Amino acid sequence: MKYAYYPGCSLECNAAAYDMSVREVADLLGIRLQEIDDWNCCGATEYFSQDELTATAVIARNLALVDPQLKQLVAPCAACYLNLKKTDRLMGEHADLNQKVNEALAAGGLHYRPGTVTVRHMLDVICDDIGEAAVRDKVVKPLTGLRVAPYYGCQVVRPYPENDNPEYPIKMDNLLAWLGAEVVDYPVKAHCCGGHMTQISEPQAFELIRRLLQSAQDYEADLIVCMCPMCQLNLDGYQGRVNGYFNTEFKLPIVYFTQIMGIAFGLDPKKLGFGKELVAALPVIRAKVNGFAPQAAR
Amino acid sequence: MAEKVGIYVCHCGSNIAGMIDVEEVARWAGQNIKDVVVSRDYKFMCSSLGQKLIEDDIRQEGLTRVVVAACSPHLHEKTFRRACQNAGLNQYLCQMTNIREHVSWVSTDRQAATEKAKAMVAAAAERVKYQRPLEPAEVKVNPATLVIGGGIAGLQATLELADAGYPVYLVEREPSIGGHMAQFDKTFPTLDCSACILTPKMSEVGQHEKVKMFTYAEVEEVSGSVGCFKVKIRQKARHVIYEKCTGCGICVEKCPRKVIDDVFEAGMGYRKAIYTPFPQAVPRTPVIDTANCIWFTRGKCQVCSKVCPTQAIDYDQQDEILEIEVGNIIVATGWKLFDCRRIPQYGYGRLANVFTNLEFERMCNAAGPTGGKIVLRDGKTEPQRIAIIHCVGSRDVRHNQYCSNVCCMAALKFGHLVLEKTKAEVYSFYIDMRTPMKDYEEFYQRLLEEGMHFVRGKVAEVTDAARLPDEQGRLIVQVEDTLLGLQRRIPVDMVILMAALEPQADAKELGLKLGISCSMAGWYTERHPKLDPVATMTDGVFVAGACQGPKDIPAAVAQGAAAAARVAGMITAGKVMIEPIIATIDEQKCSGCRICNNLCPYNAIEYDEEKAVSRVIAAMCKGCGTCVAACPANAITGAHFSNEQIAAELEGILWDAKPDGQPAQAAPVDVEISRTLPAATT
Amino acid sequence: MATATAAENNTFRNEVIAQTPNGHRMLHCLQCGTCGGSCPSGADMELTPRALIALINAGQRDRVLSANTMWACVSCYYCTVRCPQEIPVTDIIYTLKRLSIAERRYKDTDAPALAKTFTDYVDKYGRSFEFGLATGYHLLSRPLSALKMGPMGFSMFTRGRMSLLPTKIRNIDQLQAIIHKAREIGARR
Repeated sequence: MKYAYYPGCSLECNAAAYDMSVREVADLLGIRLQEIDDWNCCGATEYFSQDELTATAVIARNLALVDPQLKQLVAPCAACYLNLKKTDRLMGEHADLNQKVNEALAAGGLHYRPGTVTVRHMLDVICDDIGEAAVRDKVVKPLTGLRVAPYYGCQVVRPYPENDNPEYPIKMDNLLAWLGAEVVDYPVKAHCCGGHMTQISEPQAFELIRRLLQSAQDYEADLIVCMCPMCQLNLDGYQGRVNGYFNTEFKLPIVYFTQIMGIAFGLDPKKLGFGKELVAALPVIRAKVNGFAPQAAR
Repeated sequence: MAEKVGIYVCHCGSNIAGMIDVEEVARWAGQNIKDVVVSRDYKFMCSSLGQKLIEDDIRQEGLTRVVVAACSPHLHEKTFRRACQNAGLNQYLCQMTNIREHVSWVSTDRQAATEKAKAMVAAAAERVKYQRPLEPAEVKVNPATLVIGGGIAGLQATLELADAGYPVYLVEREPSIGGHMAQFDKTFPTLDCSACILTPKMSEVGQHEKVKMFTYAEVEEVSGSVGCFKVKIRQKARHVIYEKCTGCGICVEKCPRKVIDDVFEAGMGYRKAIYTPFPQAVPRTPVIDTANCIWFTRGKCQVCSKVCPTQAIDYDQQDEILEIEVGNIIVATGWKLFDCRRIPQYGYGRLANVFTNLEFERMCNAAGPTGGKIVLRDGKTEPQRIAIIHCVGSRDVRHNQYCSNVCCMAALKFGHLVLEKTKAEVYSFYIDMRTPMKDYEEFYQRLLEEGMHFVRGKVAEVTDAARLPDEQGRLIVQVEDTLLGLQRRIPVDMVILMAALEPQADAKELGLKLGISCSMAGWYTERHPKLDPVATMTDGVFVAGACQGPKDIPAAVAQGAAAAARVAGMITAGKVMIEPIIATIDEQKCSGCRICNNLCPYNAIEYDEEKAVSRVIAAMCKGCGTCVAACPANAITGAHFSNEQIAAELEGILWDAKPDGQPAQAAPVDVEISRTLPAATT
Repeated sequence: MATATAAENNTFRNEVIAQTPNGHRMLHCLQCGTCGGSCPSGADMELTPRALIALINAGQRDRVLSANTMWACVSCYYCTVRCPQEIPVTDIIYTLKRLSIAERRYKDTDAPALAKTFTDYVDKYGRSFEFGLATGYHLLSRPLSALKMGPMGFSMFTRGRMSLLPTKIRNIDQLQAIIHKAREIGARR
C-alpha cells in the first residue's frame, strides 16, 4: 500500500533517527512512502499562537500538495500529525474557515477539499494496516528480556480518540508485545512531557520530564519507547539537565518505536539511527535482550 | 341534500392571531368554501363560551358538519367532539385542523401563514362533508393487570391493585423480587435499613392471594390493546420444581461450585451455581445457573439432586411459555448501573481500591460480602481516608447528559456510614450538592456537622503515580478545588465512584413489544412530562419508577401507586371506549389472498378458513391504514379515512391550484382515483 | 475589581467564541473544574482554565489577557478530552494567546517571543530552524539559559541532530503568497 509521507522539520534533523528507522521499517513491511514534494513546516504549536487562519493555510498547503492518486497521508511526528489532521477536520466542519483557507491557497495556485486525504500516524498504519501477523512474521530477534515502557505523549492520542483510548492507549503496548518485549504498564504513559516548555520555563518543564522518567524507573523499565520527536528530545536530550536540576541519576535510553522494531527485525542499528540518542540505547539492549548480537545488514 | 358546515377559527389569544389574520381566514372561508353557512373567529374556542358558540349554531343554524381551526387535536379534539355531541351532532362529524403548531408556531411570515391557514381550513371543510357518523366501540376492561418488574415501584403498584381486590400478574426476570433496593444497606435520609422496609412488602406480595408471581421470567410477546392485552411470558427453567421446593437451602449449602456473583453482590462476593440471590428472597426457590453448573457444563456432580429432601431438582426442566390476558400493563423495570470502565482516568477495573456505588452498598450491608465492614479489596485493611466522586457518567455529554437524581444524597449517606463505622476521613468531590426533597437539605447539614469534607470540583483523575513521599502506595485524587481556585492532590486509600443510573440494556426492546417509546436518553416516554407522568401514549400501558427516569425510592413508590390508581380507575369504570377509526373488510370483495394478514403491524387481521376471507379484529386494529392501501381488490376501507375524504382534503389544500382560479368544488371531480371507486361505505 | 456592563460582558465572550472552532460549547460550562484539575501545569497557573472561562463569561478582558495561564499551557489536550461539556478548552487557550499577543497584554513570559521567532523562520524559509531559535530566541531573550544549553547543543550537533544552516523550500514564493493572502483575509474583519 502506498502512502503520502510528511516527515516534518524534526525528522530532517533533530529526529533523524525517527526518519531513518521509519524508512527502514516501512521498506521491510512493504509500506511504500512517497514524500510530499516541497512540503513546508506545519508550524508546530507556535503558529496557532500567532494567527489561526494563516497557520491553517500554511498546513493546508501540504494537504493540497499530496499526489491526487494517494488518499492516505502518514506523518510520524505527533505535532505534524495533529496539525494536518486538525486542519483537514476543521476545514470540513466549518464552511467559513474552509472558504477562507482555500482563498488563501488560491493565491498560491492551490486548492484543498477537506476529506480528500486521510491523515494517519505511523503507529496506526503499522498496527491497523499491517497488523500483528505481518509484524510478528518479520521478527528475527525477539526482544525477550527487555522491559520496555511505551510512551505515547499527547498529540497522537488526544484530542482525536479514533485511533486509541485517549486516557489509556494500548496500540504501542500491543506492538511491543508482538516484538517479544516485556511491556511495562506504568500509569503515566500518556502524560505530557512538557512539549516546548523546555524553551520557556525550565522548572515547569523539567518537573514534567522528571515525573515520566521517575515512573518508568519505578516500574523498572530498561528503556522508554516513544513516538514523537519533542518527547524524545525532552526525555533524552534534557535527561542530563533534569538530573542536574533534581539531583537524580536517571539513565534511561529513549528510542523511537520504529527503531526498536528495526532491532527486532534484525536490521542494522546504524541505519536505524542508533547512536544519535544522548543516553546510549544499544548497550542496554545488548545487555538485556537474551542472546542479542548486533546483526549485519539484512 | 347539501351539508351545512360551520367554521370556527380560534385566535388562541395571540398564539394563532399573532401570526395569522384569523378574521380574514374566517371571512374568506365563509365566502369561498361551498356549503359553509356559518364562519366565525373567536378568541378562545376551547373556553365554555367558545364551545357554546358551536352548540348554539348546531341547534339554531342546523349545522350538519363542524370544522374547528385551532391547536393540536391532542389537546382539544375531545373538547370539540363533546360540544358537538352535547348539541346532538355525532362527534365524528367534527374535524379539527391545527393552525397553531402546524402554521402559526412555525411561520415567520404573516401573509404566508394566513394563506396556509386558509388552505388547511379549506381542506378540513371539504373533508368533513364526506365524514360519516360513527359510534365508538366499547371494550370491556379485563380486571387483571400485568406488572413488569418486581422492584419497589412494581411492588407498590402490585400491592395497591391486589389490596383493591384486583388480580395482578407480576413478572420479574431475576430469581427474586426486590430489585436494587434489596442490595442497599441504608436508605437516605432516614437511614432506615433498606431490607427491613422492603422485605415486608416482598413478603406480602409473595403471599397475596390476588397476586400471581412469575420470577425468573420475562415478557416474550404482547398483543391486543387496552382492556384486552394478550401476553406471552417466558418462564425460564429454574431446574427446581417450584411446587416441591420448601426453600430449605440444603442444595445451596452442598453445591461445590462457587462463582462470583455479578448481579446481586455486584461482583464483590460469591454465590453457588445453584442459588437464591439473598437470604430474604421471595420466592425462596433457588435457580440453577446452567452456564456454571458442573452438571450442565461437564456432566458430573448432581449433588443438589442427591441432597434435596423433596426431589425438587429437575435438570430436564424446560423454559415454558405461558399466556395470560390482562386489561392493563404497568412497566416498572428500573435501571442499571453505568459501566465505570468507560472513564479510564478513574481507574475502575485497573486500580484495586476504586469501587462503584453499588459495590460500596454491598460492602456496607451487614449481610454483604464483608459482613458490613468497610475494608479495602484485600478484605482486611481499613481505609484511613475515602474519596467519593460525584457525577461519574452523569452530567456528561459524552455519556449521559442528565443528572442521576439520587447520587448526591447517596454520597452523603455513604459519608455518614463511613464516619459511623470507621475512623476514616471522608471527602466528597462534587459539582453541585443536589438535595431538593423533604429532609434532604437537613441531611446535608447533618453531614457537615459530622465532619465530612466537601471539595467543589469534579475529579480529574485517580492515579497511583506518586509524586511526593506521602503519596506513595496510595491512590491520589487530583482535582481543582474550584472554590479555592487551586489544583489539589489528595492521597486516599479508597475511592467510591457515584456511577450514573442508566436505562436497562433492553429497555428499547421491551418498549417495542409494548408499543411505547423511549426518550433520547433511553428512559420510557410519559404521556405528558408535567401532567401525566405515569401514562404513556399507548392506552393501557403505564410506567412507574426509575424506568421513566432516575429517581429515589419515595418518588418510585409514588409513581407505582399513581399507576395503580389509574389502572384501578379503568377497572372500576369497567369499559373503555375504543375509537371507531378502524379498518373493515368487505367480505364480498375479499378474495382471500391474505396479503393484509402479514402486513398488519398489530396482528389485528385474522383469516376465516371456512369463508376463505380475512377479517379485522376490531379491538386490536389501530386504524393505521396499511391494509387499506395494500389490498389489491380495494376490499378494505378505513373508517374516517376513506378515499373520498382524503381526496377532498387534498382538493381543499390545493384550492388555488386550479388554472382558472375557481374556488374549491363540492365534489372532487378532478381526482382520478375517486372515479374508479364504489360509493363510500363508511 | 472593575465591574463590567452587560454589553461588555457579552462582547468579550462573543469575541472568544467567534474565534474558536466550536467555541459556543463554552456556554455550557458548569465550572466543574475538570480542566483545571487535569492540567499538568495547573499548579503553576495563577488562574486555571476553568477560572479563565468564568472570567471570560464575566467580561473581565484585561485580567484574562494578562493571565499567565496561556503561557503555561503545554497543549496536552487533557482538558479538551475530559470536559463533560465538550468545550474545546485548548483551542480557547490558543485564541487567548493570539489576542494577548496581538494586544501585547502578556507579562513576564518568553513564550510569545519563542512563537514569533519560530514563525518568522517558517515565513522566511518554509521550514523551522532550530539553531536559529537557539541563537535568535535564547541568546536574545534568556542568555543565561542559552549558556546552560551549550553542552547539550554541542552533543546534538556532533550527533548530526542540529544543522547550523536553515533549509529553504523550493517554492517559498508560493508559500509566502499564501501567507500574505491569509493575513489579508484575516485583517478584513
